Amino acid sequence: MLLRVDLISAGYAGKIILRDILFELPAGRILALIGPNGSGKTTLIRALSGVLPEVNAEVHINGTDLARSNQQERARLLAVVPQSTYIPPTFTVEEVVMMGRTPYINWLGSTTEKDAEITEKVMALTDIMHFKSRMSGELSAGERQRVILARALAQDTPVLLMDEPTSHLDLRYQIEFLELSVTLAKEQHKTVLIALHDLNLAARFGDEVLAMKDGTTAALGKIEDVLKPATIERIYGLAVDVFKSPDSRRTVFVPK
Amino acid sequence: MRKLARPMVLTFAILLTAMLLSIGVGSIFIPVKTIFAALWDALRNLPPATAEAEKLRIILFTLRLPRTLLMAFTGAALAGSGAAYQGLFRNPLADPYLIGAASGAGLGAVVSLSSKWPSSVLGFLAVPLTAFIGAVITVSIVYSLARVGKTLPVTNLILAGVAVSSFATALTSFLMINASGELRRSLVWLLGGSNLAGWKPLIGQLPYVLTGLTALIAMSYRLNALQLGEEQAQQLGVNVPRSRTIIILAATLATAAAVAFTGIIGFVGLVVPHIMRRLWGGDARRLMPLSIIGGAAFLLLADIFARTLMAPQELPVGIITALAGAPFFLLILRQSRREVW
Repeated sequence: MLLRVDLISAGYAGKIILRDILFELPAGRILALIGPNGSGKTTLIRALSGVLPEVNAEVHINGTDLARSNQQERARLLAVVPQSTYIPPTFTVEEVVMMGRTPYINWLGSTTEKDAEITEKVMALTDIMHFKSRMSGELSAGERQRVILARALAQDTPVLLMDEPTSHLDLRYQIEFLELSVTLAKEQHKTVLIALHDLNLAARFGDEVLAMKDGTTAALGKIEDVLKPATIERIYGLAVDVFKSPDSRRTVFVPK
Repeated sequence: MRKLARPMVLTFAILLTAMLLSIGVGSIFIPVKTIFAALWDALRNLPPATAEAEKLRIILFTLRLPRTLLMAFTGAALAGSGAAYQGLFRNPLADPYLIGAASGAGLGAVVSLSSKWPSSVLGFLAVPLTAFIGAVITVSIVYSLARVGKTLPVTNLILAGVAVSSFATALTSFLMINASGELRRSLVWLLGGSNLAGWKPLIGQLPYVLTGLTALIAMSYRLNALQLGEEQAQQLGVNVPRSRTIIILAATLATAAAVAFTGIIGFVGLVVPHIMRRLWGGDARRLMPLSIIGGAAFLLLADIFARTLMAPQELPVGIITALAGAPFFLLILRQSRREVW
């Protein structure tokens, strides 16, 4: 099992935010993380990536216990696409992507030929090659999100955590971005966890779904088992209708 | 990284020109050819051919050359640490002066200068150390005052920096007024007039400046990641507290060494990294070396003006850097209205 999370509690000094979250995810699978605002999706991603001060959890990636790894080792196992899309504007796209190689630099802070190769490769993969010399301050939201994904991919990690990566994107870019995520999971066997607001996107792109409410697991399992009107109403406090698209391939949720 | 060669060659050419000008210009003008000839003769250990050549050699080796090198390393240290502070605090205003490093170093240096020992080489090596201690104390006070939990809000940092700086500057003034005989000398020093001639200040400063700047260049990659914010830097595998401490200590060491012998010279650490960032982008792996070279060139040019503008009287170079730096800075700010932060 590639990613195994057994979280007992996590939060800040004296303030527990997350409780009892337990899941496993094999390589090449996408876990959609859903839940209302404030349910703890972002906090879970922060806890897993080691930036939360108080974490009482066992997280294993390929059998490595993250609690025993330092920040650099952790960054070689797990990359984060954060919710914030801030990039210092006077860096070129290529320079930003190169930052993803930070966990591999030596103490002198220099990079190698291999770092340059991987940077090129991930820029091609995310289709940002043609504007690699542009300043990041001049990018559109969709371009910026792809650059941030490329930076996370440059970390060359088996696990990828994404915090609402599509919230700044229009419909087309949302689909393109998530299709790219599926490609990454299927072809590069990455284990991907994506926090998503949009249940339609979660149903379409997730293999499994973890629904959170009040900082703990509300439901966990296959898409069709979890995303049922009764469960959604319990989690969001909102009744929904479920429709099938005309070709019956997609499930659509519409609030009543 | 965008091409490094072109901006490096360009800035280096400017530095070289500034160095030759700085060596050549003064009460006696020494042409470039003569400079090289004299250097070449001295290098081969040849005695000067004429009495004229001997006079020139003395001017060259006891006055112009040490002064030029001292100013070059001072400018390099100030601009390099300016680039580091600006990047680290993600704030265009953060420079050695704003966060209290320079005023603390000034206080430390005045304390040691007012005692007797800075007359030996060892004494000269000690002045930057007391300046460093003073700077580290002020910077850590600023740092701990500005800190909220694990974060460091920039507004707090600037407020604390201004307050602590004023306090340290007031203490320095108090010490100088009490050291009655030395008052004028100290005042000139504080305005950034390098009135210390000879090689001693350079020898005293060099090890600290080189250590600080080397560490900053080695930290550039991590400095880049830190600009994404603490959390993202951590997620990229950077040990944030350790990297931050190393960068602050290295930048403060370089600042202290610069301030210890040339006094408070403003605007170099603020303007030079800004110009370089606007011209060549923010990647610290390029910005750091360019700021270092550019800072050296900038201060040399300012020093030439300081020496010649009201010759034979010498103006404190701090006045020139502010007079030239401020309008130039505003001009650049107006011309390229791009967001840089």
